[in-house]
Amino acid sequence: MRKQKGMTIIAILVFAFLFLPLLLIVVTSFGTAAAIQFPIKGFTLDWYGNALRSETMLESFKLSLIVGLLATILALLVGVPASYALARYTVKGKNLIKSFFLSPTVIPGIVVGYTLFQFIVVALGLPVFQGLLIGHFLISLPYIIRVVGSSMDQLDYSMEEVAWTLGCTRFRAFMQIVLPNVSSGIFAAFMLAFVNSFNNVPVSMFLSGPGVTMLPTSLLSYMEYNYDPTVSAISVMLMLLTIGLMYLIEKTLGLASIA
Amino acid sequence: MKKNIPYMILLPGIILLVFFLMVPLIASIFPTFLPKNGGIGNYIAFFQDEYNRGIFWRTIRVSGIVTIISLILGIPTAYFIAGLQKKWRGILMAMTLFPLLTNSVIRSFAWINILGKNGVINNFLLSVGIIDQPLSLLYTEFAIIIGSVYLFLPTMIMTLVGVMENIEGEMLEAAETLGASPFIAFIKIVLPLSIPGAIVGSILVFTGTLTAYTTPQLLGGNQKMLLATFLYQKASTLGDWNAVAIIALIMIVTTLIVMKGLNVIASRMDRREMNHA
Repeated sequence: MRKQKGMTIIAILVFAFLFLPLLLIVVTSFGTAAAIQFPIKGFTLDWYGNALRSETMLESFKLSLIVGLLATILALLVGVPASYALARYTVKGKNLIKSFFLSPTVIPGIVVGYTLFQFIVVALGLPVFQGLLIGHFLISLPYIIRVVGSSMDQLDYSMEEVAWTLGCTRFRAFMQIVLPNVSSGIFAAFMLAFVNSFNNVPVSMFLSGPGVTMLPTSLLSYMEYNYDPTVSAISVMLMLLTIGLMYLIEKTLGLASIA
Repeated sequence: MKKNIPYMILLPGIILLVFFLMVPLIASIFPTFLPKNGGIGNYIAFFQDEYNRGIFWRTIRVSGIVTIISLILGIPTAYFIAGLQKKWRGILMAMTLFPLLTNSVIRSFAWINILGKNGVINNFLLSVGIIDQPLSLLYTEFAIIIGSVYLFLPTMIMTLVGVMENIEGEMLEAAETLGASPFIAFIKIVLPLSIPGAIVGSILVFTGTLTAYTTPQLLGGNQKMLLATFLYQKASTLGDWNAVAIIALIMIVTTLIVMKGLNVIASRMDRREMNHA
């Protein structure tokens, strides 16, 4: 009923447009030439070895994982109770507070990175790591507020009231009744925020120092001086991680809940 | 006492945002308004400079073109996905989500390999004999546009599918029973009902392109700068913090104006639809 030839053709072309460039990276990662070439001549896994041996890449991969996890957990600790308060209670200036929580999305990432560097590293003299953590917390928070907020909005709070009347403390009712019921929203928000933090470039650009470089920034500076398939190899490994993550999400709560 | 509970729960987040987002932002931008730094004249001077103006308008132009292309490609694709059986819809949504979860460095890197001097396009055209000199495709506005469409098209598709899924199939069937061709039904029913999604998608794509750093840096280089790359250059190589703060405020204000503007258009259109019905 909704079939339309013209639109089907456009859709097929769009998916080709979305996937051929990524496929090109996969193919070039196996090429033997020192510069990226397509079509490739010869097959090698050397670039993967090269990528895995690179100290800088491994270190920055670890840092990106740690910062992403810590920042997202911090954003959950702040954002989940906040979404609950906004959904559950009549709060004065609710919309204003909500848009305040979402405001990091309005401020360009590169501006967040720059002002944080000025404030935390230059003015307060704190280490870069703290700055990174706070910067990534700021970009994660809106995802939590949005995704968890919509689960909290849909929850039927009479269950919680029943628990209260039966003598349950407010904290316990929140932990045992509210939280389990929004767990899929929390998981989806966690994944989205983590992936975004892991991939973020602009906030991390200014906040790097000796030994403190996030993976995308390392990739960028590697590309500035080298044009070999090592970047392709790293890209393929990251794509495999993404596929793994998507599989995990699909198995636990379905990708639809993320979209 | 109990009345204060929600405010107490909200307080940690508010404090963190004020302290780490608002204070640093104001601390950076406020000095540009001090008379000794040039005051409001800073902003007048920025727009009087032809080079700066060029970068500002290029940023707006590129973001606009990227948004329009994303709409043109996204609407049919989303319509196609929304009309599929549940299982297939899931698979195609996952395929749309995948590039979105892939790092922007990687996605731009792919386009360097395609558009570069030794890239796929030049290699192909040279070997076929259509050209005898490699074309300069990289470091052009065209490169930034194609890279940004690549970056933000999935966002547009996801947003549109969300809206189109909720359009009831019965409405289309009714239109077709009454003699509308599928194309007319699409134009008269699906398109108007998709406008809210298209507006949200456009806001995301426009402001995303406007503020993106990685793609313009890698595909436009220093020859075709946008505001984000300009800001980074002022900070990292020139250390001109006053200029950085000025560009930062211009970016924020532009983002807010675009968001407000598109929202106003959306609410106008909504009202018109209501009157129609």
